[in-house]
Parts: sequence; structure tokens; C-alpha cells
Amino acid sequence: MADRKIRILLAKPGLDGHDRGARVLARTFRDAGFEVIYTGCHQTPEQIVGAAIQEDVDMVGLSCLSGAHRYLFPAVAQQLQEQGADDITVVGGGIIPEQDMQPLYDAGLKALFTPGATLDSIVDWINENIKPRD
Amino acid sequence: MEELGKRAMAGDIRAASRLIRNIEDDIPETTKAIKHIFPYTGKAHVVGITGSPGAGKSTITDQLIFTMRQREKTVGVLAVDPTSPFTGGALLGDRIRMLRHAEDKGVFVRSLATRGAMGGLSKAVGDGIHVLDVMGKDIILVETVGVGQQEVDIINHAHTVIVVLVPGMGDEVQAIKAGLMEIADIFVINKADKDGARKLYKETLNMLNSGNFPNGWRPPILMLESSLEPHSFAASVEKLCDKIDEHYKHLVERHQLKERAIRKVITEMNDALRAAILEPVLSELAATGEFDFMVEKLLSKETDPYSLAEEISKKYLNK
Repeated sequence: MADRKIRILLAKPGLDGHDRGARVLARTFRDAGFEVIYTGCHQTPEQIVGAAIQEDVDMVGLSCLSGAHRYLFPAVAQQLQEQGADDITVVGGGIIPEQDMQPLYDAGLKALFTPGATLDSIVDWINENIKPRD
Repeated sequence: MEELGKRAMAGDIRAASRLIRNIEDDIPETTKAIKHIFPYTGKAHVVGITGSPGAGKSTITDQLIFTMRQREKTVGVLAVDPTSPFTGGALLGDRIRMLRHAEDKGVFVRSLATRGAMGGLSKAVGDGIHVLDVMGKDIILVETVGVGQQEVDIINHAHTVIVVLVPGMGDEVQAIKAGLMEIADIFVINKADKDGARKLYKETLNMLNSGNFPNGWRPPILMLESSLEPHSFAASVEKLCDKIDEHYKHLVERHQLKERAIRKVITEMNDALRAAILEPVLSELAATGEFDFMVEKLLSKETDPYSLAEEISKKYLNK
């Protein structure tokens, strides 16, 4: 039976070891029926993009709590584009000040989730916006 | 869809990963791509790595990739993790140990969920191996988790099977005696610096001593010490890599590769028949509600499963 499942890559770019949030999300996504590839901390944008392409995911979720999101998130979006993989949606989460949001959206991020975002709201966003690519 | 097969063969990573995705998602037209690539398959050395959760399979796989890359071989990896039986979701975490190869063009790592369907694992894994094979990977490592049918299934697809054991997981050899111990071509005792490793070694050795090896290959037992000691761990994995090569050479020299190939094609034929014959019948029965109706009849003891199956086979197979 044909059964398209949503596949998501979760990654923490840069020098940031605080992955509790990402782990909670990984589990939440599993429980929501998605297939989640969790790749852990301390990754370069190159590693994340390489993994996203090999895994044929529909979405990349980036978590960053170290303040380097302005550099790291756009780097991932840009490299996906360079590899012809801009059909993979990129979203981000973490401590992201209000004034940083527009530049990140401009760089190609489709959603940003900050402290206070409920797990349900994130899952709902995915169900609404991410369609497995044909 | 055939186009995807061609592009995967030409080394297009996106096409290859998309093709594997379509295989997993069971998209019907995918068979066209498989038909196209099938004649070109069978070149890679397929190595299965299995053992209980937490035994260290991914860490060993990571180091094996490193060693094989040093030996100038290209490597494909299929890392299989279980699907949740309750939600259908899956958390695939094997990649976390293999990050350092993410930028190496000679390495392709792909995580697969078991998806739980009948014959599902073997079908996705079998066809996934074909894709990596026609991408030109010299070695394909297939990492499967767990206990039971799935890990024994791996012998139908691999030329060389590595079984990873660890001390301190209870009455080890008892628990894995049936099935798992028989399929191993190489035993690895991982975390050999821990208590109980010697005992586990002896138990495994005793088991081997009471066996006979009609193929002329006695599975060696390798001890791997903690990956926290990078030098000794790397040296041990080098030895493991030698043994893998040695086993393949043995298969070639003793003309035993064909036996493994026969196992694989039989499995594939069974899977294809199941997909072509049984699955359409099942989905029709489910769609018409007939299946639920039959369940009711069985619950009330009005009839029995064999009589129902005979009725259905009469209807569909014109017998």
C-alpha cells in the first residue's frame, strides 16, 4: 500500500550542546506519526545539508540556543538551495529575538518557534504546511 | 520513475535517496525503476551488522566506514530502526554516530524505519541494497536492530553477517541461541573491557566448538574494546575489516557466493509475489468490509480461518 510518511531531520548546528528541546521534539514527532532522523549536536551546515539530502526528508528542523542562528540557519537554507534541494522546508527554533526574525524569514526559513511554543502547535504547523513531496 | 533509476545509476544522490523513499513508501510505479536497475545489481559486498539494542552497532559501523574509506572503498549504509507500533512514527538515531562522514562523497548513509508491515523490512532493505549497489558502492553495510525475525532476515540479503554481542546483558547465549547464533559469519564481542566479556567469549567459543561448519568457514570471535580508547578501538576494527574481506574471499574461492545470491533472489521472489498476489486481495477485502465481516464470523465460531481462506482462494485463484 502506498503510504507517504512525513520525514523530518532534526539537527543542532554550531557550538551548542543544549539538546533537551530537540530531543523532546524528536519524541513528539515520532508520537505524531512522523519519521524523525535526529542527528545530534555540534554540526556544520554542510553536514546537515548532506544528511537531509541523503535521507530525502521533507523538512529540516534546526535548534539553536547559542545565539548563532543569524549565521547558521541561513547557511543551511542557502546550501540546500545551491544543491537544488530548496523543496526541503527549513524551520528553526530556539531563543530568537524579535528583530532577528524577519532576516531569517528573508533567508528562506518558513517558520520559527521560540520559548513558549507548545508541542501541539508545532505538530499542527507541520501537519498543515508540510506535504510529503511526490 | 524509470528516469529515477537511471539518474541513481549515474550517481545522482537526490535521485537515489528519492528512489529509496519511494521504495519505503511503497509507491506502485517504483517497480519500474527497480526493473530498470535490477540487471546491474549484484556487484557490491553486502555486510549485515546485527545485535541487541545498545550493543554498539552504529559505533562499529562508523569506524568500519572510516577504515574502509582508508582502504579506498566506497561505502553505502542502510541503518534500520524500529517503527512505533502505536503511532507509526519512528525515531531514527543511528546517523548520530556517523556524522563525520556526512561530507564524504564516497559514503551514502540512509536511515530506514521497519514500518512493521508484513515482509516490509526485507522488501525495503532488499531493494534499498539494489539502489546502493547500482550507485557503485563497493561495500554496503546493513545495520539492523532487535531480536526476532528481522535480524534473521538479514542473511537473505547479506554476504557476510556480523553479530555484535555485549557482556552484561543477562544470560546472553541462552537468549540468542536460536537463530541469531546460527547466522553469524563473524562474532564481535563489543565493550570487551567490561565485566563478563571473558565469560561471554568462552560461552560463544563453547557453542562454536560443538558446531560443525559444512562450508569450511568457522566464525571467528573478535573482541572490541571501548570506543573511548580510540587507538585500540580503531586497531580492533581494522582486524574486523580484515575478517570481512577474508570471509568474502572465502565465499569467492569456495564458490559459495552463488548460494547467498540464491537466498536473495528467492526472498525477493517471495516478496514480489506477496506484493502482487496477497496484498491486492487483502486490501480489497479490507475495502469492501469483508475482512471485518470474516473476523466477526470467526469470533462467533461460525466458521474457521482455514475454511475462509479456502473460499477466498477459490474466488481469486479460480481453483
